[in-house]
Amino acid sequence: MYAQMIKTANSGVKPREEMSDQERAFQDKIDADIKIEPRDWMPDDYRRTLIRQIGQHAHSEVVGQLPEGNWITRAPTLERKMILLAKVQDEAGHGLYLYSAAETLGESRDELVRLLHEGRMKYSSIFNYPTLNWADIGAVGWLVDGAAIVNQVALQRTSYGPYSRAMVRICKEESFHARQGYHAMMKMAFGSPAQKKMAQDALNRLWFPSIMMFGPSDSESTHSEQSMAWKIKVKSNDELRQQYIDQTVPQIEYLGLDLPDPGLKWNAERGHYDFSEPDWSELFDVIKGNGPCNTDRMNARVKAWDDGQWVRDGLMAHARKKAARQHAAE
Amino acid sequence: MKNEWPLWEIFIRGQHGLAHRHVGSLHAPDAEMAIKNARDVYTRRNEGVSIWVVEARHIAATAPGDKGPLFEPSESKVYRHPTFFDIPDDVGHM
Repeated sequence: MYAQMIKTANSGVKPREEMSDQERAFQDKIDADIKIEPRDWMPDDYRRTLIRQIGQHAHSEVVGQLPEGNWITRAPTLERKMILLAKVQDEAGHGLYLYSAAETLGESRDELVRLLHEGRMKYSSIFNYPTLNWADIGAVGWLVDGAAIVNQVALQRTSYGPYSRAMVRICKEESFHARQGYHAMMKMAFGSPAQKKMAQDALNRLWFPSIMMFGPSDSESTHSEQSMAWKIKVKSNDELRQQYIDQTVPQIEYLGLDLPDPGLKWNAERGHYDFSEPDWSELFDVIKGNGPCNTDRMNARVKAWDDGQWVRDGLMAHARKKAARQHAAE
Repeated sequence: MKNEWPLWEIFIRGQHGLAHRHVGSLHAPDAEMAIKNARDVYTRRNEGVSIWVVEARHIAATAPGDKGPLFEPSESKVYRHPTFFDIPDDVGHM
């Protein structure tokens, strides 16, 4: 999930008797599946939670360009290189849609970016892992975008209108990426022994980080109750994770790769795959900023922002001059 | 002076679309850049043939609270939907 570990600003779900008339009317709308729109009244905590979640989601799209961008100049064929370029461009667009959705809640994009750069807002844990070989790019498309789709398809039904509409657009493009990624993996897995080894290595390293994208297990995720009641979140972390695992295991088997987790086994009784618990302490560590690439990622973003300051200022000064000239001519 | 790029709302008329439809928004220093960026972001896969950009501050909108007074009364005005007049068969198609 691109937005994980979102704490709702309050603790627990407010019981109906304690709600004001406005809050009750709001909850009634949510319960009746009526979308909330920018100018509608909403509880402050709903607004804050959404700014945090959509903002974090947008940041993830932008930071997510870095691990894949790492291989643009080294893509092994021109076709793969063009695909990767188009994908990274799509991610920039997704960031743009999401920042726009966050802005309808009254927070400016520059402010959100400032909070990210100051380390006061987060982005998805997955982008703190390095891309060490070409197969990683295929695996990111297949697994990371695959996991993102599972999460985002569910979010198409989220209660805030602008967020849900952004998800509809994004899901369409994200599904190209997953297919492109899988196709790149197929080439590697069915290629030379050395290529197959790279594919296996990428799968082994990215499997657990990808299943951690859905956030901690439901028993640990105390903050999601209110998000569920407000239908910001429509499915629990564990439900989404299970869905992702169930759909991905047959894809691994098709590639002829070894399962990256000895605990992965079909459970006929449950009708789902069993799997091993990931090392949650690793997730909490990465989210705290101590993952393999956290420092590099943020340094790259802040450097781009700082070094680009004079360009942004120049464009703005030029726009003002042009507007003034036009004004004088009228 | 605040140097944040202003927000623009983007409207696109599709290949076979009759009217421009709102598709989203973006930040840009001026209209020209807004159009360039809208072209890249919103028409990458043949989505449109014409783009309008409007700076968001120029748009005025109805308030959600006005929904009742503004729109509900029309429901009682059945004469605005005159689908119930019987035209004699002899008259033919009208």
